[in-house]
Amino acid sequence: MKEGGKSKKERNGVAVTRSVVLAGVGGQGTILAANLLASALLAHGFDVKTSEVHGMAQRGGSVVSMVRFGESVASPLVPRGEAEAVVATELLETLRYVHFLAPGGRIICSRTRIDPLPVLQGAAEYPEDAGELILEYAPGGVIVDAVEIAAGAGSARAANTVLLGILSHSLPVTEEEWLSTIEEVMPGRVVEANHGAFLAGRALESQASPGGEAP
Amino acid sequence: MPKRLLLMGNEAVALGAYHAGVSFASAYPGTPSTEILEELSRFDGVYAEWAPNEKVAVEAAVGASLGGVRSLAAMKHVGLNVAADPWFTLPYIGVSGGLLIVSADDPGMHSSQNEQDNRYYAKAANVPMLEPADSQEAYDLTREAFRMSERFDTPVLLRLTTRVCHSRSTVVTSEPEKVPPVPYQKDAVKRVMIPGHARLRHPVIVERLAELERFSEKFGGQRKVGGSEDAVVVTSGVAYQYAKEAFPGVSILKLAMTNPLPRKLMREFLGRFKEVYVVEELEPYLEEAVAALGFSPKGKERVPRVDELNVDVLRDAFPELAGGPEEKKPIKEITGLPARPPILCAGCPHRGIMYALARLKAIIAGDIGCYTLSVLPPLEAHDCQVCMGASITMGHGLYKALEMASGGEETEGSLSHRVVSVIGDSTFFHSGLTGLMEMAYNDGRFTVVILDNRTTAMTGFQDHPGTGVTLMGKPTTAVDIEMLARALGIESVHVVDPYDLEECRRVLSEEMKRDAPSLVIARRPCVLLEGGKERIPMSIEREACNDCGLCLRLACPALVKRGEEVVILEDTCLGCGVCAQVCRHDAINTV
Repeated sequence: MKEGGKSKKERNGVAVTRSVVLAGVGGQGTILAANLLASALLAHGFDVKTSEVHGMAQRGGSVVSMVRFGESVASPLVPRGEAEAVVATELLETLRYVHFLAPGGRIICSRTRIDPLPVLQGAAEYPEDAGELILEYAPGGVIVDAVEIAAGAGSARAANTVLLGILSHSLPVTEEEWLSTIEEVMPGRVVEANHGAFLAGRALESQASPGGEAP
Repeated sequence: MPKRLLLMGNEAVALGAYHAGVSFASAYPGTPSTEILEELSRFDGVYAEWAPNEKVAVEAAVGASLGGVRSLAAMKHVGLNVAADPWFTLPYIGVSGGLLIVSADDPGMHSSQNEQDNRYYAKAANVPMLEPADSQEAYDLTREAFRMSERFDTPVLLRLTTRVCHSRSTVVTSEPEKVPPVPYQKDAVKRVMIPGHARLRHPVIVERLAELERFSEKFGGQRKVGGSEDAVVVTSGVAYQYAKEAFPGVSILKLAMTNPLPRKLMREFLGRFKEVYVVEELEPYLEEAVAALGFSPKGKERVPRVDELNVDVLRDAFPELAGGPEEKKPIKEITGLPARPPILCAGCPHRGIMYALARLKAIIAGDIGCYTLSVLPPLEAHDCQVCMGASITMGHGLYKALEMASGGEETEGSLSHRVVSVIGDSTFFHSGLTGLMEMAYNDGRFTVVILDNRTTAMTGFQDHPGTGVTLMGKPTTAVDIEMLARALGIESVHVVDPYDLEECRRVLSEEMKRDAPSLVIARRPCVLLEGGKERIPMSIEREACNDCGLCLRLACPALVKRGEEVVILEDTCLGCGVCAQVCRHDAINTV
């Protein structure tokens, strides 16, 4: 993983843009999580771009949001193999976007299974070994019970924020910047739960054994 | 005070319009344009409204412009088709207050039925066009558009695409303008397009276009980005961002004003390079213009004409520009994963009635809305669909053709009697009304079902003429669909509860047999609107269930097959009870 601080790495004389891909199922709050991450990065002083999908794709479909940051960001879409992290709230959706991950990149995902229609109907099989597959593709990945952790912090719907708490260790954004961004971006009634969820995720990271599943 | 904000392109357009002193804004919701009006409605001093459709929105904005205020109408790409009638005559009458038309195109069809390229609309109507590449440009060009509109006495098209509309990027704002209304003055020769007047106005458009081209030559948004001397890339909009990242160090001509194009600037600048490339989404709009200047550009022979672009697509298309060898070995995309198509929500009121129609073997002419999702297996409850409002009119033609094909030998079970048009309430108000008139006037003896869920659900729960509330939250009159249908001369009008499957079946089968125009209104609010309500989930009685799987044919996300067993996910189920009515073994009951 890259260390905190602005990346000085260049390719062909152009400063490298850093990228995070966020994935989930329509209704899980992926867009809001991307907005939170982007706002925190902006607060820290980065140039930021995101892209997201609205409309039909949100009706329980697969949802992906992308966040890019650096000194100056061009494309709002992440090229294949260039995301330093894939953050996902569902196991199958993690696998769906794994090809965006840069070599050595990291997966942070929730141990949540939501069966898509073909599986509900018995027409397709959910990959039962999704968790193991994820760690095979991306050794060093973290799979946590984000929904339970979020529920413990006050709202099961803040699972995304738990995952951002884990991600936060590889970003230079300070804890203060994170907490005040949550206040700015989240609706007032869920700020406390999201503060709790973020800190729970952030605390979790130090306990997680590298390459394995967190407790 | 200038501020640095993180804004979605649509929010940036709204803020730009607000800072440009816009007073009147009208739109019909449509992805990816919807947030422009939602955002504008929050600003003080702006009147913002949902119009029944885009033609209405544009015409209302034209009226407001003639009334002397800066005005805007926003729509998705296909919305401009609906508004095409006023669109082509607007340049004849010109403006008083600045007039901006926003078209949000959807390359890649994230939430659309086609991926038409609306740049050709600007060219076809001789309207100046601006294309922002990110939120900052969306803000700046929106402000510029109002100035241009007034200076050249013309409407201006702001052409956005999904990745501009729904990308967030930083915006630095500038000082807001205060624009006093232009005093009203009658000018019938300029504004009443009888042939004699229009003949006077058409030459004005031609002269104006020449002036606009001179403006385009000097326009600050036309940027020459220096780089290598061998090759230059011509591009506009978000494609510029992809090109800049995919081809580092290559010279770029980045155009922000793409109608009229700065042909002199292009000829001179492009002439300095050995190779000219064109990078644009969808149609070869810029490429044709570059070729017309005598260049032999490389463009659509290698850049796909379908779907949206991205950095990867451009690197693959022009590896000679992409620079050094790939150092990385990315993970291959995993194929064969179960797809996750969007589906009707648990408790969706569309599910029961679409199931009932499918069981009655209805030939379904569908429309644009959540219910179109019922075309997917296992419901497969749609036969045809093309655009907003077409369900009723297509159903009418389908009925007439099938009736003729039967040679007058119609029976209750004949194909023509199976024709049913299905349309949502918001879509009905958009453009279903004239279809209903067609059915009544021309004796279409088929059945129309209005799925009245009291909102515009797919685009995010916007109000419409049937809800009794305006965009700005004011109570207003609500259209009474039953009375409307009767006023059109339709005698058979029924209202059913789409959760009551037996009622739906009974009424629909009777109406499908009826030898007269018939309207059924399936009325129940969208479950997502009713979010806060208490819900009692259903459960399956194990002893009674024989796992026949009939309930699974409803395609409800709360009904799951686990191994051989069918189970109900208690957290997902909203207790609509439709599955209990489908079950032949009486195995599904409330918990």
